[in-house]
Amino acid sequence: MSETHESNPYASPTDVKGVSAPRDTARDDEHMPYELRRWFSFDNRFLAPALITCILLGGQLTFGILESWTRTLLAIGTAMLIEMVLGKVMVGKFPHLASAYISGISVGILIRSPHFWPYALCAALSITSKYVLRWNNRHLWNPSNFGVSAMLFLYPAAVASLSIQWGNFLWPMIVVWGLGSIIIGRLKRFHICLTYIVSFIVLSGVRTLITGVPFASNVAPLTGPMYQLFVFFMITDPRTTVSGKRGQCLVALLVAVAEMLLRLAQVIHAPYYALFLVGPTAMAAELAWKKREKAADCQIADSPLPESNAS
Amino acid sequence: MTIQTKRTFVTFAFVGLLVGPAIYMRMTSHGHSHSQAAVSQDREGLLKRYGFVLQESSGEAGIDFVHHPPRIDTRLDHIAPQVAAMGASVAVVDFDRDGWQDFYVTDSAPNSLNRLYRNEHDGTFVDVARRVGLADLNGPGTGACMGSVWADIDNDGYEDVLVYKWGTVELFRNQLGESFERVTESAGMPAWDNVGCATWLDYDCDGWIDLFLAGYWPDDVRLEQLEHTRIMPESFEYANNGGRKWLLRNTGNGKFEDVTHAVGIDSTRWTLAVVAADFNDDTYPDLFLANDYGVSELYVNDAGKRFREQGKESGVGYAPKSGMNAAVGDVLNQGRLAIYESNISEEGVLIQGNNLWFPASDGSLQFDNLASVMGVELGGWSFGAQFGDLNNDGFVDLYLTNGYVSGDQGTSYWYDFSQITGGHSKIISEAKNWPDMKGRSLAGYQSKRVWLNDGAGQFQEVSQLVGATDQYDGRAVALADLNNQGALDVLVANQRGPLLLYRNRVAVDRHWIGFELTGTKSNRSAIGARVRVHWNGQQQLQELVAASGYAAQNQRRLHFGLGEHAEVDRVEIRWPSGERQVIERPAADQIHQVEEPR
Repeated sequence: MSETHESNPYASPTDVKGVSAPRDTARDDEHMPYELRRWFSFDNRFLAPALITCILLGGQLTFGILESWTRTLLAIGTAMLIEMVLGKVMVGKFPHLASAYISGISVGILIRSPHFWPYALCAALSITSKYVLRWNNRHLWNPSNFGVSAMLFLYPAAVASLSIQWGNFLWPMIVVWGLGSIIIGRLKRFHICLTYIVSFIVLSGVRTLITGVPFASNVAPLTGPMYQLFVFFMITDPRTTVSGKRGQCLVALLVAVAEMLLRLAQVIHAPYYALFLVGPTAMAAELAWKKREKAADCQIADSPLPESNAS
Repeated sequence: MTIQTKRTFVTFAFVGLLVGPAIYMRMTSHGHSHSQAAVSQDREGLLKRYGFVLQESSGEAGIDFVHHPPRIDTRLDHIAPQVAAMGASVAVVDFDRDGWQDFYVTDSAPNSLNRLYRNEHDGTFVDVARRVGLADLNGPGTGACMGSVWADIDNDGYEDVLVYKWGTVELFRNQLGESFERVTESAGMPAWDNVGCATWLDYDCDGWIDLFLAGYWPDDVRLEQLEHTRIMPESFEYANNGGRKWLLRNTGNGKFEDVTHAVGIDSTRWTLAVVAADFNDDTYPDLFLANDYGVSELYVNDAGKRFREQGKESGVGYAPKSGMNAAVGDVLNQGRLAIYESNISEEGVLIQGNNLWFPASDGSLQFDNLASVMGVELGGWSFGAQFGDLNNDGFVDLYLTNGYVSGDQGTSYWYDFSQITGGHSKIISEAKNWPDMKGRSLAGYQSKRVWLNDGAGQFQEVSQLVGATDQYDGRAVALADLNNQGALDVLVANQRGPLLLYRNRVAVDRHWIGFELTGTKSNRSAIGARVRVHWNGQQQLQELVAASGYAAQNQRRLHFGLGEHAEVDRVEIRWPSGERQVIERPAADQIHQVEEPR
């Protein structure tokens, strides 16, 4: 799921341009003490956590979407505890916990198990992956995508993914679409969602041509609120998506293509695995490209000027 | 400590977290299966270790019944195995009052014949259904049989039978154990009702047994000839477009009146199993409904006047699953009834887990799901289950059958199933949108579960060890002492498969006691009676119910294992009329005939 900005280099910031808290709105509050002002200004760091909390509460209070409150709280608590410990150990200070909160709540929503331990383990893996699986001082995997994929792959006897417990009615879709659009619109990432959705629908048609399965069945997952969470909150994670609109759209398309291939192989958890494979590959490619560009720039800067220019 | 050292440490911890538990689980799982294989050869050793062994003996007993599925509209051919996936049922009854348990099984294909197996007292059974008029109930245009439930509706001492169908129910009056008279219309049974389960209960405790019917499909659906194909559930877990329910009050003059709406029962969920038992200890039986595609419901009986749905309040109606079974048992010998409800668990796909609804100790109507804690949670695509003391050790065990559609070996429909069931109601409810099964399996060839209760809160799975080794698509399980020797045998009805009889051989040092109750002021079948046996400083509660499990009915005789103790201190009976009776020091290893004091 989308993570939030931190000064901690291990955290997952919402680093998007133009989405910092609107400072000029605090003009009338110039004489207000900084701490108080801080409490009353709405920081983007809290936007995603607040809205995903609303979705969770709405879903649970009306439909009872969670396996149990305690399991979800265990996931959230574990994620925040591991984040605090690792932040202190690796960076030397306690990090902001919004990112860990989102990872924990994501785990609490996305995995389903009758046991307690998968919730704690998945949350722990998600957070720890940020501190371990790094390249060029960036973590490559969306933490909750890594944790959920690992759990689904390694512990199939104990863990399944959320797939159906949101109900199939219209209003949950509207709620998720509405809330998702608010967040994604504010973060200026709706193009990623749109690319993925269009790609998924088109590729569902391709799958129908190949397999003969009804198109409505192939496109059905997209109509479930679970999938909308995936679309809005997971594939758009700023820290683990490439920069640049075209690149982001290309990656969204590639995720949809990888998912189609996995679906043709009848892999049930195709979306998670597709993002697991494509996201980090794209990130690594971009980082390698930038590194190469930087090296080339340095080489140009370090090389002696041509004689004609020198003169 | 340098940052590099810290990073190395965290990396090790991460790798350990990632693969450590997985390796441990694989190793322990392999070790368990090796140990099962190692000891499975020695049956005498197993008898000593577990106190019982099972032997499948349907052939020797003269039972050759094979179930055939219902016929459905050709427009559903692509998903026929999962739509026509029910109908195998078994109900135990002593229909001729000879003191030996007989049983009735349903078939479901058009013109297929149901069977009533009469106990010949020598370990064999003879089908007498045709002779007594209970065989030919799958006639064209009348729907497909789904099960039966027995009780004495006219208090004449002979058990009558309701055969419920995806179609029209049929009611028969037992005529002195020699034949059955069809009284469907004269008794006022509803017309086309697509009933998936039913039970008898005396909801108003007036001494006449009443009838509860639970529709599965809506009553305007005729599966053999559909008007349209938008017939599937509107959601996999929140569907409310199933069949209506009926509560039919026995007026005592051979007629039943529909009081469903008058008493406040308004469910239209996809009910697959019902058990009527007194969960709040007020004498009046309550109704627990295990609903497919949704939450369970608990209708609490308010003094025979109203039913109030308290699923959420009691804790059983919160998490939507795929309820397919409802059986009650006093799991820890605390004098309180827990409910076992089966659901779906498929590795890597869907882990709903079965529910063991354990009652609160403070007497309030609250239940906690302790299936995981007690080790009875994962049973595959679980269907029928029954509590019963299989090894007579004094604690009720649990027998579970499972498996949905066994198609071609090595194939799976799970991917397509999971894809469509995650969709919007407009998609999922239209049968045409469901992918073609093409002969594939959906949770097929599953191993059964026999969970032994250690009495301390844990169940141990021993199915493969004690001999429950079949892998048919199990539906109904019924327990009965078919030899009158103090051991509960197991009957299993399989969809598109043979009826199985597992003979139970119990260790000779285990004692037992049985009670056959006859109501006088209460309904004569004594359905709703509670029997509490006190022995060796402990107690066990059982309630006489009609329907139990899925599409099944156990023997009406209540069977209690006593372990190595051959003395019973006392037995307390609370009759449905409210009358209380105490029997001091009844003899063990006997069946006691008990009549309600007049």
